[in-house]
Amino acid sequence: MPRRIVSSIQNIGHRVIESTWRLGVASRFFILVLLKSGTSLRRFNLVIRELYFTGVLSLIIIVVSGLFVGMVLGLQGYETLQKYGSESAVGTLVALSLVRELGPVVAALLFASRAGSAITAEIGLMKATEQLAAMGMMAVDPIARVVAPRFWAGVISMPFLAAIFSVMGVFGGYLVTVVFIGVDEGSFWSQMQSAVDFRFDILNGFIKSCFFGVAITAIAVFEGYDAPPTAEGVSGATTRTVVTSSLVILGLDFILTAFMFRGVS
Amino acid sequence: MQRTTMDLWVGLFVIIGIAALMVLSLKVGNLNVYNPSQSYAITGNFENIGGLKVRAPVKGAGVVVGRVTDIQFSTQTYDAVVTMSLDSRFTFPKDTFASILTSGLLGEQYIGLAAGGDEVMLKDGDKVMKTNSAMVLEELIGRFLFDKAAENDSL
Amino acid sequence: MTTETLIEVNDLNFSYGTRAILKGIQMTMPRGQVVAIMGGSGSGKTTLLKLIGGTIQPTSGYVKFAGEVVHELNRDALFKLRRKMGMLFQFGALFTDLSVFDNVAFQMREHTNLPESMIRDLVLMKLHAVGLRGAHHLMPNELSGGMARRVALARSIALDPMLIMYDEPFTGLDPISLSVIGNLIRRLTDALGMTSIVVTHDVQESLKIVDYVYFIADGVIAAEGTPKEVRESVAPFVHQFVHGEEDGPVPFHYPAQTYKKDLNLEDTFA
Repeated sequence: MPRRIVSSIQNIGHRVIESTWRLGVASRFFILVLLKSGTSLRRFNLVIRELYFTGVLSLIIIVVSGLFVGMVLGLQGYETLQKYGSESAVGTLVALSLVRELGPVVAALLFASRAGSAITAEIGLMKATEQLAAMGMMAVDPIARVVAPRFWAGVISMPFLAAIFSVMGVFGGYLVTVVFIGVDEGSFWSQMQSAVDFRFDILNGFIKSCFFGVAITAIAVFEGYDAPPTAEGVSGATTRTVVTSSLVILGLDFILTAFMFRGVS
Repeated sequence: MQRTTMDLWVGLFVIIGIAALMVLSLKVGNLNVYNPSQSYAITGNFENIGGLKVRAPVKGAGVVVGRVTDIQFSTQTYDAVVTMSLDSRFTFPKDTFASILTSGLLGEQYIGLAAGGDEVMLKDGDKVMKTNSAMVLEELIGRFLFDKAAENDSL
Repeated sequence: MTTETLIEVNDLNFSYGTRAILKGIQMTMPRGQVVAIMGGSGSGKTTLLKLIGGTIQPTSGYVKFAGEVVHELNRDALFKLRRKMGMLFQFGALFTDLSVFDNVAFQMREHTNLPESMIRDLVLMKLHAVGLRGAHHLMPNELSGGMARRVALARSIALDPMLIMYDEPFTGLDPISLSVIGNLIRRLTDALGMTSIVVTHDVQESLKIVDYVYFIADGVIAAEGTPKEVRESVAPFVHQFVHGEEDGPVPFHYPAQTYKKDLNLEDTFA
């Protein structure tokens, strides 16, 4: 059916143009947020308030997940490595996978669904109930007063949360392999320490989590600010925040990894 | 007001975050062993480096004393020039023996330094003269088979 | 009555794309009066408020506020102008994360360097004016609809503006709250010497308190006059609106093909 094919191609083209358009709007909004960040940096109390909601309230899920991910890694790593008689390398396995990949990425995914969605829902609801319009009519710029503090709080929280996730993971791996299974403690730490490099592994993981923090919160505040001012609009925007930022995290992770570890291993 | 408790929690959060970064750097990454600012570089020529990679550890008696920072192929001597950066706390005699070893059966490869007896120490930019190439599995098996064959012949 | 003009709307046009919302609106609003803008749902009343507040740009024509053309101002000047305006949104639009006190104090903290003790006194005075001084510690979700709107009213008069715009202030209120809000609008306008613009379709309540009424229908001013003139008007549209008749110049039926045709009762080949 040629007509069907034509209409589906039209449909695809329409969607491509539409998303390009949206990307443009989002980029302009992102720059606007950066330009209007002066207020939140001068009045840091605003950021501290948001740090509580994005950072402190995400702490529990990050700590618990980190612990379990590390424990599973330790268990699985031990099962495989002991077949080759190198179970003492389990520390290396746990630490490297956490610090390089799982720490930043899983923490970012959790952060997107815990804090990112909350930011979108909050800003979206403020828009739907005309709070942002009211603020504008009171001669207070809602981007400077509402959006920018949430953005910066997210950007600050993310690297901390990723580091906490990694530490909890290493501790979980230690708990399972050394305390429960009985891998030699000395070789667990020493193998880990000789394999993990500060600049290449830890610093790169840290840089990754900074990128993720910017990406997630930028998406979250944009989706919230752009949400149609209805109940469905806000719930749709919240879903989009989680889906889009998860995809962006994984894509960005691949690009950053390719840059950082190219030609090294 | 709620303000103060919130501030307290945020402060705690930041402290935990920084502590986590410190633990990662010091305990997991062992930042204190290898500090680029206090190190010196030496080179060594190896016939075959096997699977040695940049950033592989350099060990003396099993203790990490530095890292491989660069691996180049030399078109003059047709062998590999490996640059190592060693912690300046550890000095080695001029006639130190550098060999490429493997940790465990399938572990990563590293450079083991065995100290010699020279009175002169290696300085920045010096070259290790005595090197021992990586064990390549095919060569090893080849030699083993050859020895076996020779043994059988002699019987 | 003084006739010093605060707002002048001259030949104002506004359209979304090709759809014209407002067509050639002409209004003058003197200081110290309560002016009502009435019209059916979707007749462009709220759009008019947005144009006065400068949140959207007119397609042509202008709004002059205290001698300044609103849409020609740059961002800083516009924000400065808005400090002289207050706006009461349909459901109050209180900041849900701040208490009643902090809501009223919001503008004072953002725009002035007043010491906290003075802000406290001012906030309590504003809350007292709307009768909610005792509720200053409550959060917005603990308030009833009428109370929330009174708090929003206190918030919009926080910096003693020259103009307050009310967007459907009577929607969804019980009769008591309704007359409380209506009387507050009148009292505050007189006491503070402000001008009030009330956008509403609640005819009976607003006719009690306003000085002048504009009717907007299909983007043009259909009628205007004092409450007395409006009540006695024989113009069919005004009559229909004021007396709430079902059919008249504003038809009950959305334009459609004939009923018979829709039900396939008519022989289409005939």
